[in-house]
Amino acid sequence: MAGIPHDHYEPKSGFEQWLHRRLPVVSLMYDTLMIPTPKNLNWWWIWGIVLAFCLALQIATGIVLAMHYTPHVDKAFASVEHIMRDVNGGHMLRYLHANGASLFFFAVYIHIFRGLFYGSYKAPREVTWIVGMIIYLLMMGTAFMGYVLPWGQMSFWGATVITGLFGAIPGIGEPIQTWLLGGPAVDNATLNRFFSLHYLLPFVIAALVAVHIWAFHTTGNNNPTGVEVRRGSKAEAEKDTLPFWPYFVIKDLFALALVLTVFFAIVGFMPNYLGHPDNYIEANPLATPAHIVPEWYFLPFYAILRAFTADVWLVQLVNFITFGIVDAKFFGVLAMFGAIAVMALAPWLDTSSVRSGKYRPMFRWWYYLLIVDFVVLMWVGAQPAEGIYTWISLIAAAYWFAYFLVLLPLLGIIEKPKAVPATIEEDFKAHYGAHPAE
Amino acid sequence: MLKKFAITAASVLALSTGAAFAAESGAHIEDFAFSFEGPFGTYDEHQLQRGLQVFTEVCSACHGMKQVRIGELSEEGGPNLPEDQVRAYASNLSVIDRETGEERPATPADKFPANTGAGAPDLSVIAKARAAFHGPYGLGINQFFKGIGGPEYIHALLTGYTGEEKEEAGTTFYENHAFPTGWIAMPAPLSDDLVTYQDGTPATVEQMSEDVSAFLMWAAEPKMMARKQAGFVGVLFLGLLTVLLYLTNKRLWAGVKGRKTTA
Repeated sequence: MAGIPHDHYEPKSGFEQWLHRRLPVVSLMYDTLMIPTPKNLNWWWIWGIVLAFCLALQIATGIVLAMHYTPHVDKAFASVEHIMRDVNGGHMLRYLHANGASLFFFAVYIHIFRGLFYGSYKAPREVTWIVGMIIYLLMMGTAFMGYVLPWGQMSFWGATVITGLFGAIPGIGEPIQTWLLGGPAVDNATLNRFFSLHYLLPFVIAALVAVHIWAFHTTGNNNPTGVEVRRGSKAEAEKDTLPFWPYFVIKDLFALALVLTVFFAIVGFMPNYLGHPDNYIEANPLATPAHIVPEWYFLPFYAILRAFTADVWLVQLVNFITFGIVDAKFFGVLAMFGAIAVMALAPWLDTSSVRSGKYRPMFRWWYYLLIVDFVVLMWVGAQPAEGIYTWISLIAAAYWFAYFLVLLPLLGIIEKPKAVPATIEEDFKAHYGAHPAE
Repeated sequence: MLKKFAITAASVLALSTGAAFAAESGAHIEDFAFSFEGPFGTYDEHQLQRGLQVFTEVCSACHGMKQVRIGELSEEGGPNLPEDQVRAYASNLSVIDRETGEERPATPADKFPANTGAGAPDLSVIAKARAAFHGPYGLGINQFFKGIGGPEYIHALLTGYTGEEKEEAGTTFYENHAFPTGWIAMPAPLSDDLVTYQDGTPATVEQMSEDVSAFLMWAAEPKMMARKQAGFVGVLFLGLLTVLLYLTNKRLWAGVKGRKTTA
């Protein structure tokens, strides 16, 4: 499967040969597990396993929760309380599931930003990157619909605001919104279809995760130097790589255990810290909460959505040249989805011949600023859209777009990269002794 | 290493903004050291029993608690009342039977009655539906150290009346420092010696307010003890697993890495 030369599975026993001729499943597992992996991978490469674990955790806890949950506007809130009080271990299942979503997004953001720094999105890994972005979008959809299910005040009003975004599309917006909601407003039909889709999408994600892994097992992993594994011969490749099992499996499991220790402390001792108190108030279509705020992992993009108000000259200009079709609300929606779209286009926007940010003296500072920008957007997304906050969100949103649309194309041209190690082996030896201890 | 730490710290900070959702209202609410706070905190069953008495004799006149099963009162880690007492308590409440549609005395298997007559909110999970602490600057640091503060908010509300009142569109509002708008439709519910505690504790407004706040936290989170225990077991075993995997990993890679030459 992998393009890197390595030993392949040889069926030995009679049964293995029999099975191999009919279904080479052991071979598939062997090649997946023994894939040659660059030996210089650092700790930023452990989040993939955390993400795989999160998906499994969410599906496992979610399936049991679904056995006890009732997707009906009159019963949803009470059925969640039933889970919390009467179902054996139900309170842990629910808190694991709710906080599991937070861990999922925490991990995916580090995973994405790791890719952005080390140029993991660049050729030949564009398909891995694009599939990853689709997974991320599906994650957001799944998490959003899952948050509606407890039928609290934030569930209801969050759903109203977010589906309202589709209503901002000129002409066809309102029919789309009605179609999404199953009626003119968020109601029982909405809850039912969100429940159904919330159950479906994780399995679509699981399938895409398989494609994601397949894609980077074909190209081989990127690594902190961005230098490709030598593929001239098996002996050459083995100087740059180690098999995934046991070296990276054990390393990843160690990191996963550490992450889960912290995760269990949060679930055990402060399970509502990341939630919003208003969601413990049953949904009431007649009472709007003072502030409607999405979950923390949506805040950066929520901030971008709100950043482009009608008094921004760019919004006015676009409004003018489109004869009013693109108003401020629709502009915000375009900006929010555009923010993810420009990130997805990074493989084609980045013009640098050097992959890893380690060897890009100018790029790295703009990259660090992007991280600061992301944190600022997350923070400002939770603030009221008034006063100084509107300016901060506008500047932060502008930088997000500038990074991808201006800086990535420009830096590749004006920047003079530092010397890149010739091989992964060389980089590895520069860090560790040339001669193994044993 | 320092860089990694800085990035991790920034991420944690970013995470913590999530809890800073609710707008910071002008009301200042004092932190209060309830027995159930922190990883080691437990409910004080005597306090919960007193709180139940305040709820029964005062709050339940207007407020319902429809998500809480009466039988939960006998659960360990909670009020821990003997089952015959819970049965007796239940029989004083009346519920509409789901099958016959007729009114009958409640049993421990029934929920506390709903009560929406006065437009008062249901108290089942009110202690998790309110926040006392925010910020600073939307960073969620206060919530991290003090907790979200539902019980503190209830306590502050019950003791936050100034005695001022005003009438607006036929409704009387009472001035209250803890209430976000400053004026609340609920008249001050507590006064000294309003209840006579069975355990002889003097029933001051302060005492009753603390007790009922603790009781409502229990009502909202009856499985807190089981959750914290699961947390300890999880942290302990995962911590142990982490150490073992760290040593395994170190040994596994020793043959490949040899001695580290640069930091």
